[in-house]
Amino acid sequence: MSAASQSQTVQFQEAPPRVSEWKRFRRVFFQRKIVLFGLVVLLLLFFTAAFAPWIAPYDPYRGNMADSLQHPSKKYWLGTDIQGRDVLSRLIFGARTTVMVGFLTVLMAASAGMIMGLTAGYFGGMTGTVIMRFVDSLMAFPMLLLALVLAAVLGSGIHNVIIALGVATTPGYARVMYGLTLSLRENDYVTASRAMGATDRQIMLRHILPNSLPPVIVLVTLQLGNIILAEAGLSFLGIGIKPPGAAWGAMVFDGYRYLLTHPVLSFAPGLAIMLVVFAFNMVGDGLRDALDPRLRGLL
Amino acid sequence: MTSHLLEVRNLRTYFTTEAGLVKAVDGVSYYVDEQEIVGLVGESGCGKSVSQLSVLRLISSPGEIVGGKIIFEGEDLLQYEPNGPEMRSIRGAKIAMIFQEPMTSLNPVLTIGRQVTEMLEIHLGMDKDAARQRAIELLRMVGISDPEGRIDDYPHQFSGGMRQRVMIAMALSCNPRLLIADEPTTALDVTTQAQLLELMKDMVERFRASLVLVTHNLGVVARYAKRIYIMYAGRIVEAGPTKKIFSSPKHPYTMGLLKCIPRLDERKGRKLVPIEGLPPNLIDMPPTCAFLPRCDQRIQRCFEEPWPPLMEAEDGRLVSCYKAV
Amino acid sequence: MTAYIVRRLVMAVFVLFMVTLVVFFVMRLIPGDPLIIFLGQSAQLGSMSAEELEHLRKEYGLDKPIVVQYVNWLRDITSGNLGTSIYYREKVGKLLMERFPITLHIGLTAYVVANGLGVLLGLLAAVRRGTWIDAVATTFANVGITIPVFWLGLLLMYVLGLKLGWLPISGYTSPFQNFWLSMKQIIMPVACLSVTGLAVIARQTRSSMLEVIRQDYIRTAWSKGLGERLVIMRHALKNSLIPVITLMGIGLGLVFGGSVLVETVFAIPGVGRLLVSSVFAKDYVVIQSGTLIIASIIVMINLIVDIAYGWLDPRIRYT
Repeated sequence: MSAASQSQTVQFQEAPPRVSEWKRFRRVFFQRKIVLFGLVVLLLLFFTAAFAPWIAPYDPYRGNMADSLQHPSKKYWLGTDIQGRDVLSRLIFGARTTVMVGFLTVLMAASAGMIMGLTAGYFGGMTGTVIMRFVDSLMAFPMLLLALVLAAVLGSGIHNVIIALGVATTPGYARVMYGLTLSLRENDYVTASRAMGATDRQIMLRHILPNSLPPVIVLVTLQLGNIILAEAGLSFLGIGIKPPGAAWGAMVFDGYRYLLTHPVLSFAPGLAIMLVVFAFNMVGDGLRDALDPRLRGLL
Repeated sequence: MTSHLLEVRNLRTYFTTEAGLVKAVDGVSYYVDEQEIVGLVGESGCGKSVSQLSVLRLISSPGEIVGGKIIFEGEDLLQYEPNGPEMRSIRGAKIAMIFQEPMTSLNPVLTIGRQVTEMLEIHLGMDKDAARQRAIELLRMVGISDPEGRIDDYPHQFSGGMRQRVMIAMALSCNPRLLIADEPTTALDVTTQAQLLELMKDMVERFRASLVLVTHNLGVVARYAKRIYIMYAGRIVEAGPTKKIFSSPKHPYTMGLLKCIPRLDERKGRKLVPIEGLPPNLIDMPPTCAFLPRCDQRIQRCFEEPWPPLMEAEDGRLVSCYKAV
Repeated sequence: MTAYIVRRLVMAVFVLFMVTLVVFFVMRLIPGDPLIIFLGQSAQLGSMSAEELEHLRKEYGLDKPIVVQYVNWLRDITSGNLGTSIYYREKVGKLLMERFPITLHIGLTAYVVANGLGVLLGLLAAVRRGTWIDAVATTFANVGITIPVFWLGLLLMYVLGLKLGWLPISGYTSPFQNFWLSMKQIIMPVACLSVTGLAVIARQTRSSMLEVIRQDYIRTAWSKGLGERLVIMRHALKNSLIPVITLMGIGLGLVFGGSVLVETVFAIPGVGRLLVSSVFAKDYVVIQSGTLIIASIIVMINLIVDIAYGWLDPRIRYT
């Protein structure tokens, strides 16, 4: 050893600090301004839905017949409909319907779908085949059609809409969960767990489920847009939520007749739908890119 | 000075990442003459693959070739458009490349026949039938049995070793002057490695081409390369004829590498001595010699002066080290 | 490849079987007297005596166990008897035959437009990533998936039909009767119907293509001296279409679902509108048979998509 190396200490170069996962997620997620925009819109939506009774200037369900079919004015910012109901108030309360239907549907569909996909993927064999063929058969029905039929059978009303849409969207989650389970189950840590005596249920709950949450969350956000569109479509057709209930789709239908004279009646709720769906899609995209860009091929 | 087939002078390729500027190749110079096999040796991450990709101008954002000259057959390749007609007529036809991962380097949805014949059609202007015949011949040459039957098969129907043979066939199909093999056997098992290396040597001799063999495995170059370049942290640290480098290495890194390899002619009981420390982070490199933290032959000068340039040691070899010279 | 096709065929038949089960049993969920399914909730039912109701039940085979009922129904369906509409009092088969060509005309046109233009747009956006073309295409696609089909219909109707008077706002004529009028009439419905599908396909094609371009085998293609055109069209395209094809299968479902809305907005006498009015009229016979037919068509189209998938990606042929 030369004299020099004894008198001078040399630093080994440190490996570069690992950027924490959370920081990286935050950075990628907020990278695109449009995702931020979506997030803001969603926050606005939730806020509106939560505080509707305090924000809305008028009663959305009962109108003043004398003020029927007013154009937008200082009194009624977006005008009134045929029954004299304030469009803005109905729009605000419509947010409640949207949020409620959206979330309850997704909750139902995601849980049912995940259970089905997990079982089919984990156990495989005959059970798996039967479950997945059943899922395939559900997928053969166009979402709107299935919802239509179920609504016809179950009757109208918001809870039936939720069930109908829930059933119609369950296959999506089942499929994704199935694929994920199939690939996750081959991982070494699963084999190791089993070697240590873990039961099937433990493996499913502790290993497979948590690792499949990120893609499912992304799917949820992306699907919410579709669900909202479907609900709007259903109420536009007159199935589901009917007036005096405030639902954006129904409002569009109500305004259909007055398209030439009072376009606001149909366009305002339509714009609201678009904005919210757009927001969900952008946030969903952002989540997917931040969680794992490789999912871009899958989802 | 005779003119070389390929002469790379002071090549610099940098990558702009969010963590900083990565100087993957930082002043690399080497040359390859006609019909010779040259080895390029270094650890993972030392920049050897990037340097070869730069020669073919296959570097894309966030990477960029920022300086140097790549003179092939007398013309500087860097003056051309990256994907322009000149580069396109050189790629595959004059300079061909074999990549490391046989699993992913072939297009899964095209038959291997198609992947071979398209080069023949484009560069040599052959028609479909002639190209197909030639492709079958090439496949036979690289040792694929029943080439007529297998020419319409897909890559996933071949093993890794077979796929590399296909890649070799593809690479040599248009009689290139220079073949670059980027770690061609790293992903394969040892027996297949040996077979493929022999095959490459044979083919290169047969086609009278030159070969640049990029690898981290000194054993591979010992047998096949006439001259070796040792790379570290984006630069060449030692260069010279293979035999000399093995018998009397001059750069501490080379010495360290040789000490790590088990040798048949050693006495029993000698321990393998690894090189201490980790490869450097290529961002924010200090101006001094990059090997300094791991070097066991440091002298005072190493701490004071910038990275040593390649200097001539006795017997004409080039070394980038103050102690050695 | 043949073995693959056979396997897919068998699976499709199984799925079809499950579809019939789903349709049958969902219809049996209707609360009340099962006779409602066939006769509807008419005043007559209420006024009938118990024996008359019993007699009717026997006639419709409702006294047999449910499994037998299912088998009987299946037999009827496969021999072409789709029942009699409660509301129209005509054979459902006849009703559907009148309306299907219309729905198919608009639906298939929209489907072709959505898939064809969608792939093109996605391809362009990916290959010219970062340029204004990409920005425009991506924005268009992002907006396309958010627009409610019926709202777009109203918008187009308002602008192009009412305000500008360029296109007729409703009705349908067969192209065999009056080609030009037919064309003008379907422009808006086809546009509405194809927008969502177009956007979805474009988005997926773009991201697929971007993924594929980064693959090793594309780098190999470049290193062989191929030009951009060959690299994209021969090496990249087939690979990127693989996930897109799956979407094309789903796209048909979107088209059928969308026609329900589009036909309502533009007053087109197609299957979609029939189904909607049947829901209101509680015409369960039409609902049952109509849904079955549509779902079956989709299963068959998905079979074709699966086979195309096998042709595109030779690795799949072993599954």
